[in-house]
Amino acid sequence: MSATAAAVPATVERARRRTLLGSIGVVGWICLAVIVLVFVIALIGPYIAPYDPTQSDLSLSYVGPDGGHVLGYDAQGRDVLSRLLVGARSSMSGPLAVVLLSMFAGTLLAVTAAWRRGLTDAGISAGLDIAFAFPGILLAILAAAVFGASLVAATLAIAIAYTPYVARVLRGAALKERSLLYVSALEVQGASALSICGRHLVPNMLPLIVAQATIMFGWAMVDLAAVSYLGLGVQPPDPNWGVMISENQAGILQGYPLPALTASLCIVVVVVAFNVLGERLYEAAQHQ
Amino acid sequence: MSLGRFLLRRFIMLVVSLLVASFVIFGAVYLAPGNPVSALTGGRSVSAEALQVLTERYHLNDPFIVQYGRWLGNALQGDLGISITNRADVSTLIATRIPTTAGLVLYASLLVLAVGVGMGVLGGLRRGAVDMTTVIVSAVSAAIPAFVAAIVLILVFAVDLGWFPAYGNGSGFLDSIWHLTLPAIALAISALAIVARVTRAAIREEVGKEHVQTAVSRGIPRRQIIRKHVMRNAAIPITTVSGVTIASLIAVAAVVEIAFSLNGLGSYLVQSAQSKDLAVVQGISLLLVTAFVVVNTLVDLLYATLDPRIALGSRAL
Amino acid sequence: MAEAGGARIPLLDVDQLTVKLPVEGELKTVLHGVSLAIRPGESLGLVGESGSGKSMTARAVDRLLPPGATTEGVLQFDGHAVSGLSGARLKSFRSRVAMIFQDPRAHVNPVRRIGDFMGEALCANLGVSSESARGRAVDALAQVGIEDGARRLRQYPHELSGGLLQRVMIAAALLTEPDLVLADEPTTALDVTTQAEVMAILDELRREFGLAVLFITHDLDLAAAVCDRTAVMYAGQIMEVRDSALLHTDPLHPYTAAIGAARPDMTQSAHRLRAITGQPLSAFDAPADACAFAPRCSYVQEVCRTARPALLELDGGVTRCARALELRGALGGGKR
Repeated sequence: MSATAAAVPATVERARRRTLLGSIGVVGWICLAVIVLVFVIALIGPYIAPYDPTQSDLSLSYVGPDGGHVLGYDAQGRDVLSRLLVGARSSMSGPLAVVLLSMFAGTLLAVTAAWRRGLTDAGISAGLDIAFAFPGILLAILAAAVFGASLVAATLAIAIAYTPYVARVLRGAALKERSLLYVSALEVQGASALSICGRHLVPNMLPLIVAQATIMFGWAMVDLAAVSYLGLGVQPPDPNWGVMISENQAGILQGYPLPALTASLCIVVVVVAFNVLGERLYEAAQHQ
Repeated sequence: MSLGRFLLRRFIMLVVSLLVASFVIFGAVYLAPGNPVSALTGGRSVSAEALQVLTERYHLNDPFIVQYGRWLGNALQGDLGISITNRADVSTLIATRIPTTAGLVLYASLLVLAVGVGMGVLGGLRRGAVDMTTVIVSAVSAAIPAFVAAIVLILVFAVDLGWFPAYGNGSGFLDSIWHLTLPAIALAISALAIVARVTRAAIREEVGKEHVQTAVSRGIPRRQIIRKHVMRNAAIPITTVSGVTIASLIAVAAVVEIAFSLNGLGSYLVQSAQSKDLAVVQGISLLLVTAFVVVNTLVDLLYATLDPRIALGSRAL
Repeated sequence: MAEAGGARIPLLDVDQLTVKLPVEGELKTVLHGVSLAIRPGESLGLVGESGSGKSMTARAVDRLLPPGATTEGVLQFDGHAVSGLSGARLKSFRSRVAMIFQDPRAHVNPVRRIGDFMGEALCANLGVSSESARGRAVDALAQVGIEDGARRLRQYPHELSGGLLQRVMIAAALLTEPDLVLADEPTTALDVTTQAEVMAILDELRREFGLAVLFITHDLDLAAAVCDRTAVMYAGQIMEVRDSALLHTDPLHPYTAAIGAARPDMTQSAHRLRAITGQPLSAFDAPADACAFAPRCSYVQEVCRTARPALLELDGGVTRCARALELRGALGGGKR
C-alpha cells in the first residue's frame, strides 16, 4: 500500500467506518429506504391500488392522465398506476426467489468445495466452469419452450444459471476463511465440519454473502423483466412491469409513451438502488 | 512448457462444456411434460402417418443416448432437424438470420469497447469533474436493461427526432447499419457501463501501484509509464471483463431483436419458444451456446497471453 | 545547514524540510523541520520506527510525494533546489539519484521481463540503444552476484526469489551511474541470510563507485554498522545525527539511548526486557509546543514541555533535546 496511508495509524477514522451499516454512507441508506418502500408496496399493492388492475375498457385505450387516473390508461384501457402497484409483487418476488435459491445452492457448493478441498474441490470447480455455458436468459427461454411460459419456470431457470457464478465468488472467500487459524483450532478440538461451517465459516462470510445477494437481485430483476417482456415469463393479464413494457410499446410509436415509460422507470429505479447498495456493501465486506 | 498444457486443458473444457450444454438442450425435450412426440409436435394434433414419420425420423423408439448421439452427429454436419411450424430445414431457416444477429452483436461489441473502455480510461486517469461524470453516468446506465433502453431510444431518436428507424432490418449494407444502430446502442448501454466502471477501477488501481512509483523515480516519461505500466497491466482485468460482457451480449441480443422487430436468431428463438417449435429452439440454442462458450474460451486464452504468471503458474486467482 | 567537519559542499542538503499531506480533506504535517546533509561518497543511516517519517523523507527527496502534498524548507541536490527542477534537468536528477525500494516484488512490474525493467531507464532517459542496454544490464547483474545475466533478463519477476529480485533492483538502480542512492529498507522484506548478502553487496558497490547513500532502516545496529553517520527520527522530526561509532557509546538524545538500552544482551540475564514505556507517536500527532518524546522520556523535565526543542549542534553531531548540554556524556549505556 502507498506509504502515505500506511504511515498514519488513523485508528479514529477507521473505527468510525467499522460498523457495516455505517459504511454504506448516506447514499446507501437512501437506496435501502427505496428498496424497503418497494417491498412494502409489493406486499400491500393490491390493497392500495385505486382501481382494479385487470379491468379493461378498450374505449379508454391510451388515454392520458385524468382525474383519479394519475398516470392514465394503458393499451387495454386499464389504470396504469394500479397496474404498477399490483405489478410490484410479481416484479419483486421473482428476483427474490432467484436470489434465495441461487445464494443457497451457491453457498452450499462453495463451502463444500472449500471445506473438502482436493478432489471434491477440483470436481466442483470443474463442474462450475462447465455450467457457466448457459446464460440465464437462454436457459429461461429454453425452459419456457419446454415447460410452457411461466414465472416459476423462468425463475428456476435463472436461479440455476446464476448458481455457478455465486459458487465461484463465494468459493474464493470460503477458501480464505477456511485457511484461518481458528478453523484449525476448532478442528483440533473435535468440532464437526457441519458445526464449524454452520456456526463460524458461513457467518463470517455473511457480509460478502449479503453484498453478493444484493447485487444479484438487481441482475435477476433485469433478466426476469426481460423474460416477461418477451412473453415467456409472467403471462398477461397478470400485471408485471416487464410485461407492461411489452404491452405498451406500441403506444410509444403512437405518441403515448407514459405507460411504458413509467413501468421502465420503476424497474430502473429499483435496479439502481440494488446495484448501488450492493456495491457499497461489497466494499464494506472487503474492508473487514 | 506449461503453456501447451494450459491450452490443452482449456480446449478440453471447451469440448466438455459444449457436450454438456448440448446434452441439456437435447434432454430438455425429454423433461417436457407429456411424451417426446407431443413435445415435438407442440401439442398439436397430427395425423397417424405424420406421427409415424416423426417417430421414424427422430428414431423415437431408440434408447435416449443413441438418439442424443444421432442428434449431435447430425447437428455437427449441419442438420438440425425440421421446423414444425415452417416445415422447412431448421438449418436453412437459421442461416438466413445469422447475419442480423452477428451484425448486431458485433456492432454492440464495438460500442462497448470503444465507449466503455474509452470512458473508463478518461475517468481513471483524470480526477475531478470528468471522473465524477463518468462514475454517475456508468452507475445509472448499468441499471438500464436493454429493452428499457430500446424503448427510450425509440421514443427519442425514432419517434421524436426521426433520426433512426424504429424497427426492421433494412436492406443493403449501409441501410442495415443504419437500422442496427439504435438496437446496437440499446444492447451496448448496460454492458458499456460495466466495462467503463471496471476499466476505471483497474486503471486507478494500477496508477497507485508501487511499480509505477519505481518507474517515476527512474525518470521515465509519463506517457511511457501510462502506456507500458498502467495500461499494459490494467489490460488484464479489462480484457477479461470486456470479453465476458461481450459474450453475454449474445443472449441479450434476443431481447433487443424483439424490441426492434429485427429478423435475427434471437427473435426467431423467442417466437419458436412461444409456438413450441422445439427443433428450432434446440437448434438456435445450440448455436448460441456454442458461440458463448467459444467467446469465453477465447477470452481465457487472451488473458493467459497477457498475464505471464498464468501460463507459467497454476490456475487463475 | 553546514555540518561540522566538512568543507565540501553537501551533495544532498536538507534544511528545515516540512512536508504536509492531504488527509481526509485536511493538510497534516508529516515531516517537521527535517535537516540533514550527505556529502559525496558518504553514507548516512536514517533510523526510526514505523510512522517516524523516514520513508517520507526519502520520497520528498526523490520527488515521489503523493499529489496534494506541500513542501517547505530547503531541499537541494548538488546545489539546485529539487522542487524547481523540470524537463532535462529533472531527467538528469532522476538518473543521478536512484531509489531502492523495500518490497521488490511490489516494485517491479510483474507482467514485463527483467530485461525490460532494467533497460527502461537507460533507453527512455539516456537514449541508449536496447542492445547496448542489454549488455550493460548483464554487467550490472554480474556486479550484484548474478552470473547468468542473459538468462535472467528473459525471465519474469515471479520466477525470481525475493533476494534475487532485490539484487536486480539494486543492479537496475546502479545502471544510470547515480551519485546518490536512497535505500528505503532494502532488506526488511528479506530473510536474515539474504539480508546479510544484500547488505554486503550494497556496501561493496558503495565503496567501489564512491556512492553517497541514504540508508533507511528501523534497525539501529544495522545502520550503525554500515553507515558513516546515523540519523534518528521520531514523530516526523530528526532527533539526533551522530557518527555511527559514537552512537552507542555516547548518544546525545535520550531516545537513541533508550533504543540502545532496549536491545536484549546475550551476555547478561535480566528479569524483564527494557522497553520504552508508552506508544510511538505518529508525526501527525506531534505537539508543536513540546518535545515529542517527552511523555516517554526518562530524563523529562519541565523545560521539555514548554517548547519544541531546536536542533543543536554538539560534539560533531546534532541533537534535538532541551537538556542536551546537561545530559552530555551521561546517556551512553556503556554496552558494547
